[in-house]
Amino acid sequence: MEKFTTVTGPAAPLLRQNVDTDTIIPMQRMLDNEREALGQFALEPLRFLADGSENPDFPLHQPAYRGAPILITGRNFGCGSSRETAVWALQGMGIKVVIGSSFGDIFYNNCFKNGVLPIVLDETTVEALAAASAAGPTSVDLAAGTIRPPNGQAIAFEVPPAQREALLEGLDEIDMTRRRINEIRSFQDRDRAARPWIYDISDASA
Amino acid sequence: MGRSLFDKIWDAHVIADLGDDQYLLHVDRHLLHDLSGGRGLLELQQRGLDVANPELCFATPDHAVSTEPDRASLTDYAGKRLVNGLRESCAAGGIRLFDLEQDGQGIVHVIGPELGITLPGVLLVCGDSHTCTHGGLGALSWGIGSSEVAHVLATQTILQRRPQRMRITLDGRLDDHVTPKDLVLYLIGQVGAAAGVGYAIEYAGRAIREMPIEGRLTICNLSIEFGAKIGMIAPDDTTFEYLAGRRFAPTGATWERAVAEWRELPSDDDAAFDREVTIDAADVGPQITWGNSPQDVLPVDGRIPDPATAAADRRPAIEAALDYMALTPGAPIEGIKVDRVFIGSCTNSRISDLRDAARIAKGRKVAEHVEAWVVPGSEAVKRAAEAEGLDRVFRDSGFQWRAPGCSMCVAANGDRVAPGARCVSTSNRNFVGRQGPGSRTHLASPAMAAAAAVSGHIADVRKLGG
Repeated sequence: MEKFTTVTGPAAPLLRQNVDTDTIIPMQRMLDNEREALGQFALEPLRFLADGSENPDFPLHQPAYRGAPILITGRNFGCGSSRETAVWALQGMGIKVVIGSSFGDIFYNNCFKNGVLPIVLDETTVEALAAASAAGPTSVDLAAGTIRPPNGQAIAFEVPPAQREALLEGLDEIDMTRRRINEIRSFQDRDRAARPWIYDISDASA
Repeated sequence: MGRSLFDKIWDAHVIADLGDDQYLLHVDRHLLHDLSGGRGLLELQQRGLDVANPELCFATPDHAVSTEPDRASLTDYAGKRLVNGLRESCAAGGIRLFDLEQDGQGIVHVIGPELGITLPGVLLVCGDSHTCTHGGLGALSWGIGSSEVAHVLATQTILQRRPQRMRITLDGRLDDHVTPKDLVLYLIGQVGAAAGVGYAIEYAGRAIREMPIEGRLTICNLSIEFGAKIGMIAPDDTTFEYLAGRRFAPTGATWERAVAEWRELPSDDDAAFDREVTIDAADVGPQITWGNSPQDVLPVDGRIPDPATAAADRRPAIEAALDYMALTPGAPIEGIKVDRVFIGSCTNSRISDLRDAARIAKGRKVAEHVEAWVVPGSEAVKRAAEAEGLDRVFRDSGFQWRAPGCSMCVAANGDRVAPGARCVSTSNRNFVGRQGPGSRTHLASPAMAAAAAVSGHIADVRKLGG
């Protein structure tokens, strides 16, 4: 995975609550398209009108937010389906950071796995960031743990240390866990003696 | 300090404490399906890695398969590609696959419990958000993304932060014609769609203790609809009776040993929870959703909300939902004409669900303008229903009786609701476009869905008796 550095650019506010991953990437779009093509359908139900034209109310269609790499979201963004394609679609649209007061738990994990930084802040701060965002670029510095809104004081944020390190270093979790193969095997040996029914599965119909 | 059901299972699976609340956990059971399973296996192959413990993995195609009775229409390009991908990678990885028309095939969250793959005390994951369902048997289970699927395949472990714990006590008894689905929809309406974010939920209380396993699976299934990726219920004699003799459940002396251990799993009396919620089941009537979030729920004799009288911060969401759903503020929800009815999904496609629906359908006809489907959750459910004549009841009433799969819950492979059409559905999500672009979904119980089918409009099941 690529190392995450500082991201600077427009921060587009999309403050509606409970935006689900079906809205972020509809089922048929994820079935019909490869990863690289998903960006054009990200947030499709909100982004386009019924006739397929751009919805002028969609924040990323407003001049101040075109090409925004940062999305400021309402509560519980990314709820619903576990589809990782939701993160891929946002990435395909150019999003590198999502900021909100809470995220769907599975979506939140999926972000880190793909190098997208999800930042949780209290609702008042999220709303203040959204209100300030039209004035210019916002900057997010993961190493420093700060968000710098246009013409404003830096705001501190925290992400879980393991995920922070993985993003900054571009670490591969599968490689990291595989280094613990001996620990895993010895856990399984002990556990097999304690709970044999977990490992020795017989098929009654065979 | 005592430990909760969640704590006991979590602690038993810790391989390494990585600090800052991050743990490496052992995965006892990994379920795979066509939509995310094939992708995870493909990533593993691209990395040149083997499946660490293929004997602990079980796969079935469910999401993108057709549910046409003869599956002849499995010609959809995407569906065929996904199902074939799953077949090839399972064969290469040595993973047991329950293929179409074979014993064991079905919706992954229906077959896990039914085959005894899901057991109390196991840590189970699957690349699907409704994996919380398996908590109904006392498993610790949650949905994961496809990167995590690859991680589990490669290592039989998962990296996870320890969630907070919430206990939801469902006291009292459910009235006649009120089902576990109504109870959990009511709960979501009370606490809101984001209340469970960051929590593992334990459901407790009299309504749960007296509830059969299939109802418990329905309750846990909807945990994710208020943000909790984990929902669970302590195993008890009802659980053990359900599991005894199932295809992959332990037998003989091992079974006895397992049951003895499972009896130790329920939360200690002094276990601590970060949040407690109590609901009286006796307050709950038949429920139906009106909007595009499962929290947008009403008793069937209620009225559609009016944005003019709603709190200011809720107004835009209500307006957007009423516009999408084409509903009139303040109008009764009962009586609204419907076009489609869907009885199925990992929420409500088990034999008890089909019996509930058949009781209402029996001797009645599906309204002429309604297309109504019954999609059993698995081959086993289908055969059991046919053995007791439920398929005949449904067909005689004018319902389509279809083959097992996720069908119109996920709207892949052609099973979908047309743009602008209104569907009463026993599934779990009423999101914008969930049942197909422009579809309008009202979530309800199987009996309420059957009542809508035979009435031609949203109807109060209590008025139909049965």
